[in-house]
Amino acid sequence: MTELNYLWPLTDGLLIGLAAGLYLLLNGRIAGVSGLAAAAAGLTEDGDGKLGLAFLVGIIAGAWLAAALARKPEIVITSSPALLIAAGLIVGYGTRLGSGCTSGHGVCGLARLSPRSLAATAIFMAVAGATVFVTRHLIGVQP
Amino acid sequence: MLAAIVCGLIFGAGLLISDMINPGRVLAFLDVAGSWDPSLAFVMAGALIPSAGAYIIRGRRPAPLLDDRFCVPANRSIDWKLMTGSCLFGLGWGLVGFCPGPAVAALSTGRWEAVLFVAAMLVGMCLYRFTANAFRTTQQIEVSPPPP
Repeated sequence: MTELNYLWPLTDGLLIGLAAGLYLLLNGRIAGVSGLAAAAAGLTEDGDGKLGLAFLVGIIAGAWLAAALARKPEIVITSSPALLIAAGLIVGYGTRLGSGCTSGHGVCGLARLSPRSLAATAIFMAVAGATVFVTRHLIGVQP
Repeated sequence: MLAAIVCGLIFGAGLLISDMINPGRVLAFLDVAGSWDPSLAFVMAGALIPSAGAYIIRGRRPAPLLDDRFCVPANRSIDWKLMTGSCLFGLGWGLVGFCPGPAVAALSTGRWEAVLFVAAMLVGMCLYRFTANAFRTTQQIEVSPPPP
């Protein structure tokens, strides 16, 4: 890969940040998908379920439109159903306990220099990297 | 409502075009010891630019355009809930390469793996909801500062 290729992820990232920024300035809220999903499912006390659902519907429609108009996604998933269920449960529980995920802590929290989000992002990045190292290189679960 | 849908549209399109919707690509980023693919770091860096801009503008405005106040967490303490939750999230993320945003976006492709993951994720959130009473703390929400 040439270095120029990394200009694309950078510009694609601008779209994600633009969406998060607009959501803050228009609706006054954090565009964190775990929080929005919990609110949409009626699992929070202070979240706005309708806004959460609207944002999630937008994500699905936006990805669908981009796939139809811009590029066809190539999605590589090698995990077994049992692993998908286990990981889903852990991600659901963990993001609620830790109050956020890659979007809420990563994109929004780092942008507002929140010390909690900085700590959270460092922790989940490190643990995810360690998990991949163990599963791929030590016990060889994944190809 | 409409604004939230539009923001979601842009967000979802960004996730798809950047290929962050693809767990294979995300795992390649997390696999520092393998053939490392740094694209996620560039997507994140790109996302932080407009997002940080918005938080700077936010500091100069009394309220968002479509609501009467900003709803941004004011809690700054790094407690065991944050650390344990982030550890668990990192573990689940590293196992399959899906985090909540891309998993929801991947529903658009109709892949059963994404449906299964998102369903399990919602069940996990329900589980938290039922156990949350054991360590409930009141969520602090920062009320917008008065206009300068």
